[in-house]
Amino acid sequence: MTVSLKSGLAAAALLLLIAPAIALDGEPGMHDPSTIIAAGGKYYVYGTGNGLPAYASDDGWSWRRAGSVMQTVPGGRPGADVIARGGNNTWAPDIIRVGDKYFLYYSAPGPQPKSAIGLLIGRTLDPASPDYKWEDAGPVVWSDGVEDSNAIDPGVFRDPTNGTLWLTYGSYFGYIRLVELDPRTGTRLHPERKPVNVAINSEASILIFRDGWYYLLVTHGSCCVGGNSTYNIRMGRSRKVTGPFLDNMGIDMIQGGGRLFAGSSGRHIGPGHFGLLDVGDGVQKFSCHYEADLDRGGISVLDIRPLLWRDGWPVAGDNVTAGTYEIESARTGTALEMAVQGVPVSGRRGPGGPPAGNPAGAADRGQSPVLAPIPAQEAAQVGGNWPTAPVDARLSPYMLQAQQKWTIAPVANAGGYPGSPYFKITITGTERALAATEDAEVQVLPAFTGGPEQLWRIDQLTDGTYRLMPKAVPSGKVPLALSAVGSSKPTLAAFKADSDRQRWLLKTP
Amino acid sequence: MPRLRHPILPVLGALALFTGAALPATSGSQPAPVRAPAPTLARPASPTKAPAADGFLRRWLLLEPIRVPGQLTQGVVQAAVKKDYFPDQLTVMPRDGDTVSVGDQALTWHAVDTTAYNVNLFHFAYALNKPTSNVLFWAVTVVNAPRDMPGVRLAIGSNAASIWWLNGEEVIALYNDRQSVIDDGVSRRVTLRKGPNVVRTAVINAGGATDFCARFLDEKDDPVTGITVSLGADGK
Repeated sequence: MTVSLKSGLAAAALLLLIAPAIALDGEPGMHDPSTIIAAGGKYYVYGTGNGLPAYASDDGWSWRRAGSVMQTVPGGRPGADVIARGGNNTWAPDIIRVGDKYFLYYSAPGPQPKSAIGLLIGRTLDPASPDYKWEDAGPVVWSDGVEDSNAIDPGVFRDPTNGTLWLTYGSYFGYIRLVELDPRTGTRLHPERKPVNVAINSEASILIFRDGWYYLLVTHGSCCVGGNSTYNIRMGRSRKVTGPFLDNMGIDMIQGGGRLFAGSSGRHIGPGHFGLLDVGDGVQKFSCHYEADLDRGGISVLDIRPLLWRDGWPVAGDNVTAGTYEIESARTGTALEMAVQGVPVSGRRGPGGPPAGNPAGAADRGQSPVLAPIPAQEAAQVGGNWPTAPVDARLSPYMLQAQQKWTIAPVANAGGYPGSPYFKITITGTERALAATEDAEVQVLPAFTGGPEQLWRIDQLTDGTYRLMPKAVPSGKVPLALSAVGSSKPTLAAFKADSDRQRWLLKTP
Repeated sequence: MPRLRHPILPVLGALALFTGAALPATSGSQPAPVRAPAPTLARPASPTKAPAADGFLRRWLLLEPIRVPGQLTQGVVQAAVKKDYFPDQLTVMPRDGDTVSVGDQALTWHAVDTTAYNVNLFHFAYALNKPTSNVLFWAVTVVNAPRDMPGVRLAIGSNAASIWWLNGEEVIALYNDRQSVIDDGVSRRVTLRKGPNVVRTAVINAGGATDFCARFLDEKDDPVTGITVSLGADGK
């Protein structure tokens, strides 16, 4: 039997609050995060720990502690009925807004698998608001310590097709279960009905919906042992909210099936506790925690990553990392470049003339070629005559030339957006920076100076392409995205999710 | 307005372009072979022409081609259009049949309507027994807007390199050997002023086919209609 050991590790994780700016900034140390919820221009998330710690962010990139939920609850702990059904711990919450109320479900385990899930109801998430308080609405579901269930890890889901409200829960011991909730009260709609068993051998379950499919995401593996945790997120799908949820091989999740959604990668071990974050305009992200962030001493941290869709399944995307890229328009297939005369990477070659790197022209004469490699073109080689004034940007066929290679690098202390910091985009080997202009066009400035028109938000879209948006357009009030007009003109325009105009590919040059 | 140096040439030129009659050979000794008229070009039959739903500007004044080196890089093309070929080449609003002297050549402006979305410069030059390779074509037209139309873009395609001016301001430049692709080059947002607006281009071709197309796009990238095209700065 695997039983969660969450609380101790999470408390330790919170001790380390400063970290390199990689997977979120500020104080992302947490365990078992809830779904991230946006309210009043801020983002909030809640995790395992004493009193249910709350975290807030102004931009989704830099996070800070924002007190704890239970500090506003009478007695500072779960209500007596919740404790009686489960225990006094406060773990792994989830949250949803329904109408003008927030329903916050939390785990209150006793000696597992005797556990309960309690409900708190609030009207605001802003701790500074005079209306900020959470009211105990009692236990919603529970497990008696004998039945095939461990009633922790709530995941709440609003069915967009009919407005019904559902709760999945469970952790390893027995089944992942599904019950319907009353959207008016947040409590069970039909308490007399037996919960539906939908999965097994997992925890941290939650449902999402897209294009006629219900997806059940759960976390498999072991948690709470740092870099030795095998946590990984798996999934199945069904045409009905009640299942059965089958994986990509047709195996029912109630028999242990589950297609991998996210496993350990890079410097992060053990992703778990999926949460959907829809940031609008068809752009989706997901949150999770890693059991161990190797760049932060192996603590457990929150992360926000792009959510992609492929062949009817969600796919875990990766936030943009610093590097050199070709930026190619999905609309035109042409590449963003600084509008200067390019120099062929192989040198100019007239009809019949030898290419550079093959001065003897041996290959042209049918002889055994002596072909030296042609090095990659650098700005230092060909940029001597580039103007010192701002230069227009344009789109052209990608020819591996220096004015077509862009270095994307995070900018420290410039803020960010869910999952990433703002980036600067410069011609590789130079400080020439892509920038928005007052008339909502784009140009390349001679140097990066840090202005908001030179800071770029880069979101990976659900199809794997990217949206690039300046932090601000001078004299502009509406967010705009890099857009292709015709074959050769980059400009800025309002983002439309159904068009290739604002979709870009970031390719390794 | 340039003087009409060879009053008979425009008549003969027009005949060659639209009816297949022969032009005098430029060498003056041997008559040029008779060629079929340009199949996609016609003489304008009305004072103004409104673009169809696709928005393409189909009425132009075309100057017979000027021989230039057939290089199409950015530097060469920019230098080529900055060379003085004839007086007021960036401001003149010629009339059908006007001629200009470029070097030792007398070249004629021809008013044309194209039956296609594009203006086929190869058809134009070939029918006139003029060169089609290593040449520069000047073209100009007048777009009449019923009101100020801000936030529109000139959108063109050209084979091959081309520079475009709207009301005297350069707004598009395309370089290198390329095919004429609809909306290949698009200007920044510009304003079509109420009344006449002059659209001018220089297209340089190195070899093979040569043509261009042009239209205006609105804020949604949809073709601008509700305008008319004429061949006089007075909108007629």
